[in-house]
Amino acid sequence: MSGFNYRAIQSIYAFELHRFRRTLLTGLLVPVITTSLYFVVFGGAIGSRMTEIDGIPYGAFIVPGLIMMSMFTESIFNASFGIYMPKFTGTIYELLSAPVSAAETVIAYVGAAATKSLIVGAIIFATAHLFVDLPVAHPFAMVAFMVLIAVSFCLFGFILGIWAQSFEQLQVIPLLLIMPMTFLGGAFYSIHMLAEPWRTITLFNPIVYLISGFRWTFFGQGDVGIEFSLLFAGAMLAVCLGVIAWMFRTGYRLKK
Amino acid sequence: MPLMASIITVSGLTKSYASGFQALKGVDLEIEEGEIFALLGPNGAGKTTMISIICGNVRPSGGSVTVAGHDIVRDYRGARSAIGLVPQELHTDAFERVIDTVSFSRGLFGKGRNDAHIEKILRDLSLWDKRHNKILELSGGMKRRVMIAKALSHEPRVLFLDEPTAGVDVELRRDMWKLIAELRQTGVTIILTTHYIEEAEEMADRVGVINKGELILVEEKTALMRKLGKKTLTIVLSEPLSSVPFELAEWGVSLKADGHEMEYVFDTQAERTGVSSLLRKLGDLRIGYKDLNTEQSSLEDIFVSLVHQERAA
Repeated sequence: MSGFNYRAIQSIYAFELHRFRRTLLTGLLVPVITTSLYFVVFGGAIGSRMTEIDGIPYGAFIVPGLIMMSMFTESIFNASFGIYMPKFTGTIYELLSAPVSAAETVIAYVGAAATKSLIVGAIIFATAHLFVDLPVAHPFAMVAFMVLIAVSFCLFGFILGIWAQSFEQLQVIPLLLIMPMTFLGGAFYSIHMLAEPWRTITLFNPIVYLISGFRWTFFGQGDVGIEFSLLFAGAMLAVCLGVIAWMFRTGYRLKK
Repeated sequence: MPLMASIITVSGLTKSYASGFQALKGVDLEIEEGEIFALLGPNGAGKTTMISIICGNVRPSGGSVTVAGHDIVRDYRGARSAIGLVPQELHTDAFERVIDTVSFSRGLFGKGRNDAHIEKILRDLSLWDKRHNKILELSGGMKRRVMIAKALSHEPRVLFLDEPTAGVDVELRRDMWKLIAELRQTGVTIILTTHYIEEAEEMADRVGVINKGELILVEEKTALMRKLGKKTLTIVLSEPLSSVPFELAEWGVSLKADGHEMEYVFDTQAERTGVSSLLRKLGDLRIGYKDLNTEQSSLEDIFVSLVHQERAA
């Protein structure tokens, strides 16, 4: 047999989606509830005092940040678990002994995780409409950006899953690095509201560019230019792909 | 050995782990299509490492392996497609249903859906009634069967069974042997590792003994037993003896059953077995006997003596 093992991709993809379906209720309810809570707390309580940011109603302003935040965590958790669990239970032996290439493995696992992440993003987008009027300036760009972010963060999660040697390691990066960076990355405010030197310091946080870019697809404006956002998103994608290629070439933490 | 008959060719295979431990020190081995080959060796001898390299779970340090004519590195797809692997540990997706996990394996190996084949495997392995059960609901023996079903799902030409009966009760072990014999009828080449000698003795056509990363010996089982086998001659005496007469010292006989039996161990491949001279000597000494019995030594004895020779060397 030669060529592309598309059946393996199909099998892994279906297996992963099946895994998600087992926790369907919590998987879908949690983002809806979380989003609603953010609207109640930020939109209702704080938003009533902070009517507008950069000319955008506060309730609408936080939606792109909320979607991005959930998609970051969903992507990382789903993709890292997807590849960490077989390592943990030992079932990875089958994947390693199957006629499956690195590319096929990544497409299947990352594709499945990204699918779930996009579904969560769409649910939050829909839920937000219950609370605020939400214009979307560039709908195609919005969808494309969501796909780009989902894939990039799933690749990142996949790397994490291969790297992690314990459940704690699996959680430490998303909880101690990505979440603070997201909160400080302008998910709920514009970085223009910060005083110096924090405003300049914030520009070293790559998450700023991603959230800003996504906000641009809604309102046609962001904290930084859209070209910088695309540059950062593209760079993240490239770096993750590079790391994964290296991991498979060397067998890093997969093969002795 | 004709090339056509070999399904696996291992040449100069070495493996050193990052720790510096040399698990394999240049192994050469040919496996013939359709045979049952038992790889025998103590724990840590390199059995699992060798299997893991052939199947793609461990990277070789040197040497080469071809499976069904495909190099395991350059043409890993071809090689791996021909192989089904049942590892030693019971690694299963606890929440999956039996039939799903077996169908998954088939897809993973690039084979199209074939419900009839999956059904046949599940029936052959007595799993059909449990096909809708989640794996976590199954007993250990049943889980092992599920792993075999997964390995067979893509119709491999070679099946690797790494310690198939480790930690399995006697009844299940018998079942497993029966199963392996049946699989062999379908033409699948079977390579099993074990440290239970009786397993190799029961099933294998050929036996390879591996110790400390080196293949000490590869031999047809029967030839091996003939060649290296020792026999025990038991002489049932007419009258019990209280001690071994000094005239018999050179045979090294011993007394058993309160002096009613005399035992003599001899090497079947020796030029002179010493049997006739011993019996003559008994006649000279007027020691009467009423029965003689010889017993072939088991693979276990052979194995133990081989490994000891190695250690002594």
